[in-house]
Amino acid sequence: MGVQRKGGTRVTEEPEELARHPLQAILLADSFTTKFRPITLERPKVLLPLVNVPMINYTLAWLESAGVEEVFVFCCAHSRQVIDYLEKSEWFSQPNFTVTTIESHNSISAGDALRLIYERNVIHGDFVLVSGDTVSNMSLTQAIQEHKERRKKDSNAVMTMVIKQSKPSPITHQSRLGTDELFMAIDPQTKQLLYYEEKADHIKGFISLDNMLLADNPSICLHNDKQDCYIDICSSEVLSLFTDNFDYQHLRRHFVKGLLVDDIMGYKIFTYEIHSSYAARIDNYRSYDTISKDIIQRWTYPFVPDVTFFANSATKVEREGMYRAPEIEQSRSAQMGPFTVVGKGTRIGNNSKISNSVIGKNCAIGSNVSIVGSYVWDDVTIEDGCELRHAIVCDGVIIKSGAVLEPGVVLSFKVVIGQQFVVPAYSKVSLLQQPTMQDSDEELEYADSNSGILDSSISGTMDKLNGEMTSEPASELGPGGAGYVWSISEGGHEDEWRHSVAPIPAEKLAEAMQAIEDDLELLNLDGSALSPSGELKPDYNSNDSEGDDDSRDDTFEKEVEATFLRAVHENIKVDDIILEMNSLRLSYNMTSADCAGAIFYAMMKLALETPHPAAGELYKNVASIVSTWQKLLKFYAREIDDQIEVILKFEEMCLESAKEFSPTFSQILHLLYDKDILEEDAILRWADEKKDAEESDKVFVNQSEKFIQWLKEASEEESEEHN
Amino acid sequence: MDFQVVVLAGGTTKKLVPLVSKEVPKALLPVANRPVLSYVLEQLELSNLKDLIVVVEGQDAALLVGAWISGAYVDRLHVEVAAVPEDVGTAGALRAIAHHLTAKDILVVTGDLVSDVPPGAVAAAHRRHDAVVTTMLCSAPVGGPAESGSSAGKDKIKKPRRYNIIGLDPAKQFLLHIATGAEVEKDIRIQKSILRAVGQMEIRTDLMDAHMYAFKRSVLQKILEEKDNFQSLKQDVLPYLVRSQLRSEMLLNGVSQAEEKGNVKVGSQDNHVVVSQILANASTQSFHELYASGHNGSASVRRIHKCCAYIASNNKYCARLNSIQAFSDINRDVIGEANHLSGYSFSTCNNIIHPSAQLGSKTTVGPHCMLGEGSQMGDKCSVKRSVIGRHCRIGSNVKVVNSVIMNHVTIGDGCSIQGSVICSNVHLQERVGLKDCQVGAGFVVTAGCEYKGESLARKEK
Repeated sequence: MGVQRKGGTRVTEEPEELARHPLQAILLADSFTTKFRPITLERPKVLLPLVNVPMINYTLAWLESAGVEEVFVFCCAHSRQVIDYLEKSEWFSQPNFTVTTIESHNSISAGDALRLIYERNVIHGDFVLVSGDTVSNMSLTQAIQEHKERRKKDSNAVMTMVIKQSKPSPITHQSRLGTDELFMAIDPQTKQLLYYEEKADHIKGFISLDNMLLADNPSICLHNDKQDCYIDICSSEVLSLFTDNFDYQHLRRHFVKGLLVDDIMGYKIFTYEIHSSYAARIDNYRSYDTISKDIIQRWTYPFVPDVTFFANSATKVEREGMYRAPEIEQSRSAQMGPFTVVGKGTRIGNNSKISNSVIGKNCAIGSNVSIVGSYVWDDVTIEDGCELRHAIVCDGVIIKSGAVLEPGVVLSFKVVIGQQFVVPAYSKVSLLQQPTMQDSDEELEYADSNSGILDSSISGTMDKLNGEMTSEPASELGPGGAGYVWSISEGGHEDEWRHSVAPIPAEKLAEAMQAIEDDLELLNLDGSALSPSGELKPDYNSNDSEGDDDSRDDTFEKEVEATFLRAVHENIKVDDIILEMNSLRLSYNMTSADCAGAIFYAMMKLALETPHPAAGELYKNVASIVSTWQKLLKFYAREIDDQIEVILKFEEMCLESAKEFSPTFSQILHLLYDKDILEEDAILRWADEKKDAEESDKVFVNQSEKFIQWLKEASEEESEEHN
Repeated sequence: MDFQVVVLAGGTTKKLVPLVSKEVPKALLPVANRPVLSYVLEQLELSNLKDLIVVVEGQDAALLVGAWISGAYVDRLHVEVAAVPEDVGTAGALRAIAHHLTAKDILVVTGDLVSDVPPGAVAAAHRRHDAVVTTMLCSAPVGGPAESGSSAGKDKIKKPRRYNIIGLDPAKQFLLHIATGAEVEKDIRIQKSILRAVGQMEIRTDLMDAHMYAFKRSVLQKILEEKDNFQSLKQDVLPYLVRSQLRSEMLLNGVSQAEEKGNVKVGSQDNHVVVSQILANASTQSFHELYASGHNGSASVRRIHKCCAYIASNNKYCARLNSIQAFSDINRDVIGEANHLSGYSFSTCNNIIHPSAQLGSKTTVGPHCMLGEGSQMGDKCSVKRSVIGRHCRIGSNVKVVNSVIMNHVTIGDGCSIQGSVICSNVHLQERVGLKDCQVGAGFVVTAGCEYKGESLARKEK
C-alpha cells in the first residue's frame, strides 16, 4: 500500500463544508459499449488486467490518492463479478475510503446509471464522475478548487471536464488512443467549454460555430489538439439534470451536447487542462495497448508495476523497462526484450523471444516462441514455435505448437488454437458464439452489451450464414482447436485497424491522410464551383430561401382563400376573420399588401364560382360579396400601396386566371372606389405607373380611361374648391 | 527593399457625399488640414518604401491627386498616378495596373488609412515568413460602428460591432480564417483540415482588417488573372488565399524561382515534376511545413502557401476614413489623442494656431484644436476640439465644438456649430445653428437657420 495520501490532501475547502460533505466519486464499472467484445461477454471490462492488474484498481487507487473519500461503484453488466471481486479485495476495508457498490440490471447507459444514483439520494455535493477504466495520476485538488470557486460565483457552472493536450502531429491525435476526432471550442479566459464535437462528420469539411458564441466573448479558441480524459467534476445538479432529461443517455453525446446546444437552462461546462499529469481512458483495444505501454514506461507513476498499490505482486524493475515478478522460470537462451512485464510463476522455454509485451501469471511458454507487442494474460499455455504479434490472449488460452497469431488478434477466455493454425489478422475468437449482428445503432449497442446472455439459436443461424468462416468450431481453429471466430460486421471492418492493438499499417495511415486531403479537395471544389466570389457557399442559403418564398407565396394565398371561404360558409364575423388573417400573415411573414391581394383574389374567385347565368350577373355577385366583406378588405388595404396591390392583383387575374372579369374591369374598379376600398389616389397612381408600360399592359387602363379621367377632374375640382 | 507599393486612393465615393465632390476626391479630404493620403505616404516614406503607384478611380480625380502629389512629394517619393474606371473594386483596380507591377512583393495600402503602424513592419513580417499574403490587423474600434449619428450611440450600448472574424494560430502569426462583410453575421464555418493541421485556432472578433496587405507579386497577378470575378481584395482575394492555404493552387516557383532562396524539394506525381517550395526562412517549423512534409508514406509533397497576419499593437493608432463618422473621429483624434500623427508641434495649450491666424478679443481656442493659416476670428468666440482650415473668416460670438471646418469658410456672427463638418467655401450667415450636420462645398446657409443631423449640399446639375 505504498501510495496512500489520504483525505488530508484536501486542505483548501472550508472546514464546515468539509464536515458536511466528504468528497464523493461515482465510478461507472460499465462502459455501456461493446468495444471489448468478445472478452466482455465473460468478464466485465473493469476487471480486465491492465499490465497484470485489473483496471478498476488503477481508478480506485487514483481516486484514493487524490483525496476522494467515498466512491460509489455502479455495476451493471456482470455486476456479480465486480461485487465479488471488490468484496474479496481490500477496497472495502480501507480507512478514510469507503467503497459502496450500486447494482443495477436494467441500466443501458451512463444516463440510466446516473438516474438510478439520483434516486438512491447518496450524492450530497460535488462529485467526481469517472468510469472504471480510467488511468490517471492527476491531483484533483486544483481542479476541484477551481470548480468550487466557479460555483460560488456562478451556480450554473455544473461541470468541469478534465482535458489534456494530445500529441502534436495531426495523425497521432486519433491514432494514439483510437478515439474519434474531437473538436472543442473553449473560451481562453474563462475556460468555458463552448462547443464539443466528438463524432465528427467526416463528409463535412468544416465546423459550423454558432454566431452567438462570439456575441459575448471577443475571442474563442478552437482545439483539435486536446484529448478528453473523461474525468468530470460535477455538481449535484448533474444528476438531477439527467433525471429531468430522461432521454440523456451518453455523457458526452447527449449530456454535454445538450447543455451546450440548449442554453435555455443556462448551465455551463468548464474545462480544466492538465499538463504534466497523466489521464487517459481505455476505450478500445488501441487505447488498451497505448495505456499499457504508458504504464510500463512509467508515465502513470506511482501506478506502475513495481510499486504495489493494489492487487499487484512485487515486481522488480530492470533496465530497458523490464519488469519481472518473482518465481519466474526462464531458460538461459530465452531473450527478453525491452518494455516487457512478466508475471509471477511464468515459465519461458529455450530460444523464445519476448519484447514489448505483457505476460501474466503462471503462463507456460514453450521454446522458440516469439511474442511481440502482445498481451498474454494469466494461465496461458503457448506451445513451441508459436508466433504472436500484437495480440491479446486472455486467461486459460492454449496455443498449440506452431500456431501463428497475426496482428490484431484477440483470443477470449480458454480458446484453443490448433497446431500450425494461422489466425488471420484482426480476428476475434471466443468460446461463445457471436450474438446476433446488430447494426451499430447506439440504443442496441447499449442493450446488447448489457444482456450478457447469448441467444445461441439466433447466432447459430447467423453462423450458418457466414458459412465458411464459422461452420465447424473444431476445425475452424485447426486440429484440436476450440472456439468460434467472430465475423466482423460489415461496417466495423473498415474501422477495425483503427481500434485494434496492432499498430496501424502504413498504407492505412496513408489512406487516412488521403481521406483528409480529399475532404479538402471537396471543399475547395465546392468553394470555387458554388461561390466564385470567394464566400463559402453563400449562394446556397439565399437560393433556398428564395425558392421557399415562391412556394410560400402560393401556400399563403391558398391558406387565405381557404380561411375566407370558411368565413363565408360559416358566417364568421369580420372581426374574427381579421384575427385569423393576422395570425396567418404573421406566420408567413407577409405584408398587409400581400394580404389585401390574397383576400381580394379569394373574393373574386368566390364571385366567379357562384353560379351566374350572364356577365351582368357576375358583376352582381361581385358587388354583393364586396359589400359583405368590404370591411375585411378595407382592413388590409388601408395604405395607398396596399390598394395598388389590389388593383394589380385584379389586373393579373383578368389577364390570366379569370378572364371572365375582363369586360367588367372598369365597372368593378368603380365599385371598389364607391365602397371606399380604393382611394382615388391609388387608382390615379396605378394609372400613372402604367403610363409608360407596353400597349398590352395598358388594356385595362385604357378600359377605365373614362373613369380615371373623371377622377382626375373631380380631384381638380376639389382642389379648386379649396383654393 | 524590393517592394512596390500600391496605394488605392479611391475616387469620389458616395458614402462620403457631401464631403467629397468633383473638386475634392476622397484622397484629398483634409485631416488636420492635410490631405488624408499624405498620412499614408508619410508612413511609407518613413519605412523607406518609395516606389509607389497611386491608383485613383476616375480620370478627373486622378488629375487632382496627381497634381497634389507632384507638388508635395516631388523629390521625396517616386510616385506614379494611375487612373482606373470607377466601381471596379479593389481587385479590379489592381487588375487594371497589374502590368505595372514588377517587384517581387507588392504592398497594397488603402489611401484612407490613418495610422502610425509602420508599413515596413508589415513588409518585414511578410518577408520573414515568405508568405503569399500578409495582412495588417488592428484592434477594432471599441466605440460605435462607423455609421452616422444616433444609431451609433445605440449600438455602443449593445455591443461593439464586429468587423471581421479572424482565426489565428497560437503564435498569432498566421491567418487561418477570415470572415468579412455579410459573412460576419452568419455562423462561423471553420475548415477542419486547417484546424487539424494547426491543432488549435484562436478566433477573434476584436480585430479588424486594416486593408494593408503585402502580396507575393506572382501570386497576386495569377489570382487576378485567373479569378476574373474577384472584385474586392478584402472579400474575395484574401479569403480565397486563406481558405486554400493548405491546398495551394499557386505555383510559387513560377517566374521567380531563381530568386527564391529556400531549398527546393522535388516530388513526382503522374510523371509531372511538381516543384514545391519548402520555405526555409522561418526559424521554427511552422505547422505549414509539418503539414507539407506530411508523413513518410506520402507520395508527393503537399503544396501550401502561408497567409500571415501582422497584428498592430494596441497603442498604435489605426483608422480608416471610410465614412462621415470616421472623418469626424479621425480629425478629432489626430489633433487629440493621436496628435503625433499630425506632424505638427503642439503649443503648450495643446493646440495649434498658425502664426498668421488672427483672434479677436476674448476669443478662446481650447486644447485639441487647430486653426489654419490666415484664418480670422472675431470677438468672444469659443473653439473646442475642432479643426478650422485656412483663410476662414469667422465672425463674433461663434461657438465651434467637435467640428471640422475646411478652407475659405465664412461664418457669420452668432453661429453655433456642433459635431458638424463644413466644407470649403461654405457661407454661414448670421445666427446659424448646426448640430451633427454636413455642409457640402460652396453651400450658403441663410441667416437664422437651425439644422440638426442633416446633410446640406448644393444640388449637382
